[in-house]
Amino acid sequence: MNFLLKKMKKIEPLFEKGGRFEKLHSFYDGFATFLFVPDKVTTRGAHIRDHMDMKRTMTVVILALMPALLFGSYNIGLQHTRAFGINDWTLMQMFWFGFLKVLPLILVSYIVGLGIEFVAAQLRGHEINEGYLVTGMLIPLIMPVDVPLWMVAVSVAFAVIIGKEIFGGTGMNILNPALTARAFLFFSYPGWMTGDAVWIEGLVNGGALDGFSGATPLALAKLDGFTQMPSAMEMFIGTIPGSVGETSTLAILIGAFILLLTGVGSWRIMLSMTLGALGMGLLLNATGGSEYTQIPAYYHLIMGGFAFGAVFMATDPVTAAQTNTGKYIYGALTGILVVIIRVFNPAYPEGTMLAILLMNVMAPLIDHYVVNANIRRRLKRVRTA
Amino acid sequence: MSTVIRLRKGLNIKLAGKAEKILLPEVAVTRFGVRFADFPGLVARLEVQEGDKVMAGSVLFHDKNFPEVKYVSPVSGVVREIIRGDKRVLVEVVLEQQGAERIEFGTADPLSLTREEVAARMLKSGMWPVLRQRPYHIVARPDAVPRDIFISAFDTSPLAPDIDYVMANTHGGHLQSGINALTRLTDGKVHISHEAEGSRVAEMKNLKNVEFHRFTGPHPAGNVGIQIHHIAPVSKGEVVWTVDLQDVVAIGRLFDTGFHDRERVIALAGPGVQNRKYHRIRPGASVSGILKGNLKEGSLRVISGNVLTGNKISPDGCLGFYDNIVTVIPEGDYSEFFGWATPGLKKFSYWRTFVSKLIPRRDYEMDTNLHGGHRAFVVSGHYENVLPMDIYPVHLIKAIMAGDVELMENLGIYEVAEEDFALCEFIDPSKTEIQEIIRSGINLMIKEMN
Repeated sequence: MNFLLKKMKKIEPLFEKGGRFEKLHSFYDGFATFLFVPDKVTTRGAHIRDHMDMKRTMTVVILALMPALLFGSYNIGLQHTRAFGINDWTLMQMFWFGFLKVLPLILVSYIVGLGIEFVAAQLRGHEINEGYLVTGMLIPLIMPVDVPLWMVAVSVAFAVIIGKEIFGGTGMNILNPALTARAFLFFSYPGWMTGDAVWIEGLVNGGALDGFSGATPLALAKLDGFTQMPSAMEMFIGTIPGSVGETSTLAILIGAFILLLTGVGSWRIMLSMTLGALGMGLLLNATGGSEYTQIPAYYHLIMGGFAFGAVFMATDPVTAAQTNTGKYIYGALTGILVVIIRVFNPAYPEGTMLAILLMNVMAPLIDHYVVNANIRRRLKRVRTA
Repeated sequence: MSTVIRLRKGLNIKLAGKAEKILLPEVAVTRFGVRFADFPGLVARLEVQEGDKVMAGSVLFHDKNFPEVKYVSPVSGVVREIIRGDKRVLVEVVLEQQGAERIEFGTADPLSLTREEVAARMLKSGMWPVLRQRPYHIVARPDAVPRDIFISAFDTSPLAPDIDYVMANTHGGHLQSGINALTRLTDGKVHISHEAEGSRVAEMKNLKNVEFHRFTGPHPAGNVGIQIHHIAPVSKGEVVWTVDLQDVVAIGRLFDTGFHDRERVIALAGPGVQNRKYHRIRPGASVSGILKGNLKEGSLRVISGNVLTGNKISPDGCLGFYDNIVTVIPEGDYSEFFGWATPGLKKFSYWRTFVSKLIPRRDYEMDTNLHGGHRAFVVSGHYENVLPMDIYPVHLIKAIMAGDVELMENLGIYEVAEEDFALCEFIDPSKTEIQEIIRSGINLMIKEMN
């Protein structure tokens, strides 16, 4: 690799201040540090540093997203065959069909998002932040498969600029950028983000089998509770309609396993959010009311975007609570809110996105009280002494 | 015997190159020096000029704010050079050793003296700066009486010298006198913290007038600041002092023999050294003597102190005022192809994203590469895992960055020193210079409180 390194070093001056491509410095730097961990040495503070950096952190998350992406691709093909009565596709065909549908979403998300990141880094004189590598993968996974590409582009631009960069970039944002993108589309173009037809490739154009609705389990639950829903096993495996990456609780759990094994994701949030939703579900089971309240509490964990939200969205370390105690509270409240929104909101059957966004806003407040408890402990010491 | 204080948070860095327990005699060097960077916050007033003759114990400079705090020459000789940096800021007083004249300060039993007499002797002889205070981790101010005095009798930092071995080889008999002098200086107690499992030398075991505490746990359990936090934390308005154990011996020697002599035993360690042994040396002595013919090939960094908190010095630079170890590690000025994506079999890490966590080795080669670029804070919940204090590190750091003095005070700035945050800095994937931020916060507090 010495050859490559020499080449890179040789063209480096072109991108420095005063060089011909000065305006592309952030682009060069992002590319160079992607290929080579730079030869920068410590100048202040600790002389040795951990090998862990932001690239590796983000890579782990992307790796954890792979099972959901792979299964999601397969599921797009599977749902398509079901809707249109195709009986002769192999598993590979279904996967390939779905993958070709997801790929443009991923490309648009990365090209638009990273493009803005490069410009922002150049304007600020910073290095490129790796945060978007994860966001850019999350966004396609939480979109309906048939969403128009220009909408993805617009929502990504909105999320990165308004959701993140105006706050100062990765690490400073208040709302999870991927969910910001989704919420933006959800409120701007609800026709493309809700309903029964958008979840399955080609269904919006009609032509499906007679009587095939394409409704998600959540919509069915909303409609008349338990009666028409797919089996729990189907929902757990993920062979149900829904956003690209959210359907398979199993695939998401594999991702969760990777995040927890490496310590990159917060088990506190995942656990407390699950317990929060379960608890709220059980409470509804006990109180009764509509038919929706009577579905088994654990269904909330395998329906819709709950699992995906709990593992990949609520755990975003920047927008979640940062203190350990705060994480329990944040997670539990998010879980409770998901179920409340799902069951009591008359218009829309899913609550994960809005619950997490709302708790993103609340997280600094939770931390504030947790940190204040620490301050009080310290002040008490002075008084008793 | 007191109960054991068990600390779970922290991290032992398994750096290769521990020093063998073989003590080598003092190597004669002529270059000595006193570096001003060893005393953060000090505004010094020189009392010597280039060319002046000095004796061991002659005053070189004093503190502008507390003129009675003197800093003295460790050797007899000539002031060779006064090095200044940008804006003429003082960097180092370079001395050349000649002869062996030394100032005699008179012997006395500290227990028969009053607090004022003990303090006066320590100030006059230049022994005072070995006393450091919390808050702020600076040289103790002579106008305050400390609530307690704390001494750490073990070191958990990477490649740290074994203090039991060091104490067994110290030219001894002065430890008790040193302790006695300290008991005179405080109205409270003198606390010594040692490792629960550690075997202590007889001189330590039989000490009187001290309270012992036992600790177990990974680094930074050996940091005196962590120990204070668990024994009797520093609250607003309180002052405690800390002393290095070998300096307690030096204090004792001052009262027993009448001379300022801080001779100590240090470790020479790290993967950049061939012969890793213990050495007898005086602070301020050039390390060129112990490094001569002893360095490995390649580009190396010589550090006075440990790899987390020490100062980079040149191969003929001098041993820092408070340091007990000289570490040499390779410079990390290389580019690593897809370094962030490798499995990391040979890479030591706090993080479980490296294979080295699954198949641990006994020790690891490490160098000065930053292993990444500077980013904003992203990950959360991990800095706490290596800071065994009831303090929210990131919140404190952000309060410092925002210059919010009241919040810094509330979040515990009085209890901390930069060394306590060294591990936070080590594990940080955002590569933030946390120790520097903590020091700037402390400096801001000093400025605001005066």
